[in-house]
Amino acid sequence: MTSTSANSAFASANGAWVDVAGLHFRYPDGFDALKGITVQIAKGEKVALIGPNGAGKSTFMLHLNGINAPSEGKVTVGGMAVSRENLGRVRAEVGLVFQDPDDQLFSPTVYDDVAFGPVHMGLKKDEVDERVTRALADVGLSGFEKRLPHHMSIGQRKRAALATVLSMSPSVLVLDEPSAGLDPRGRRELIHLLRDLPQTMLVSTHDMKLVAEVFPRTIIMDAGEIVADGGTAAILADKDLLEAHGLEQP
Amino acid sequence: MGSFLALGLAWLAVLVVSLVARIGPQRVIRGSFIALPFVFAAFPLIFTKHGDPLGSIDLGLFTLRISGEGIRIVATVTLKSWISVQAAALLVFTTTFHDLLEGLARLRFPRLMIAIVSLMYRYLAVLTGEASRMMRARSARMAEQAGARRPGVRWQARVVGNKVGALFIRSYERSERVYVAMQSRGYRGQIAHLHERPLALTAWATLCGGLLMAVMFQFAARQWFPHS
Repeated sequence: MTSTSANSAFASANGAWVDVAGLHFRYPDGFDALKGITVQIAKGEKVALIGPNGAGKSTFMLHLNGINAPSEGKVTVGGMAVSRENLGRVRAEVGLVFQDPDDQLFSPTVYDDVAFGPVHMGLKKDEVDERVTRALADVGLSGFEKRLPHHMSIGQRKRAALATVLSMSPSVLVLDEPSAGLDPRGRRELIHLLRDLPQTMLVSTHDMKLVAEVFPRTIIMDAGEIVADGGTAAILADKDLLEAHGLEQP
Repeated sequence: MGSFLALGLAWLAVLVVSLVARIGPQRVIRGSFIALPFVFAAFPLIFTKHGDPLGSIDLGLFTLRISGEGIRIVATVTLKSWISVQAAALLVFTTTFHDLLEGLARLRFPRLMIAIVSLMYRYLAVLTGEASRMMRARSARMAEQAGARRPGVRWQARVVGNKVGALFIRSYERSERVYVAMQSRGYRGQIAHLHERPLALTAWATLCGGLLMAVMFQFAARQWFPHS
């Protein structure tokens, strides 16, 4: 692991909101997708996760809310172990947004989709309505409740997808390629949105400019391992490190 | 004869509603041709029923007997299905999909079926989009060379087959991703739903009015043609 000097400032074991220790994951066909991931993220910290395709980024992210269960190691979020017993509470705590908004938005209307999480949390109608309104306002889609996802632009769908987890009031946001497919204006709006949101964030992306603009800390993954973890400025300045892992400077 | 009177009145009601909704009878009737297969399914009844023989057709090997009762039954089945489908078309034209689903839920339609219908509706557009993108990619590469023979039907059939297969696999994989997205938001195998809003007074009035009308059609038919 190539740690940069900034690393120590972030990796404080006590007080870590997201704590991943020795995480291994093997697919049923025997493929080792994750080979000992250890990482701590403090509350409110915004972290970029970069690396080539097939590095295991998505597999890793699916461990944070218990979709994937570790073959070895442990994941803790907000002091709760991510395990079968805690699954419901962990999923309320960690909002996971997938790359393709058509996977995320599966209901006939935007309202139904944004309400899906809160309804499954067992909230009352008034509170569900309030949360939907607030989440849509947060992503700049107020008044879109009755709209049909397939009649919206990709940028609007991406933002609606984000609203579907914001309505659950998670403390952690885990986003997969949030800027993929967005036009420059959509990207700009997303950058402002990510900066303004108070949640702890782990965002996987190939968009180096986004990394530079939003995230103070960056983790590089390659072949199922963390190969670098530190301050974004230092990592993005290290041309050799980036090129060794199929990445490029912004 | 009574059933024809009731059906006629019902059709009139559909017509009036379509005019009030400013959809017009043409669109509704055009939307109703989907009922045609049911008519064909009922058609053999003309020959298989025995009451009230009207004549026969000699086909050499066997003789088809035309039954008056059979014709009446086919005519009522035809009209009934045709008017029902017109009413259904009218409902779809005038009601948002979301309201339709809510209506089904109120009628105690199984939750799982509603979820399936709702997902189907949501992904129809995604699927057709995917299919048309694949078609476009194929058309873009359908070049021709002067003098060269065009590929045969068998080859083309295989291309279409492969495409259908690819579309199926893509949809299957998408369904896995959608399932994960649902799980991430608390889905544990049971579709939760919001507490229903109480029905508005106007909705109750419409519902009762509709029921009353149907009963009145029946009553009129029985009153005027008591023996049929």
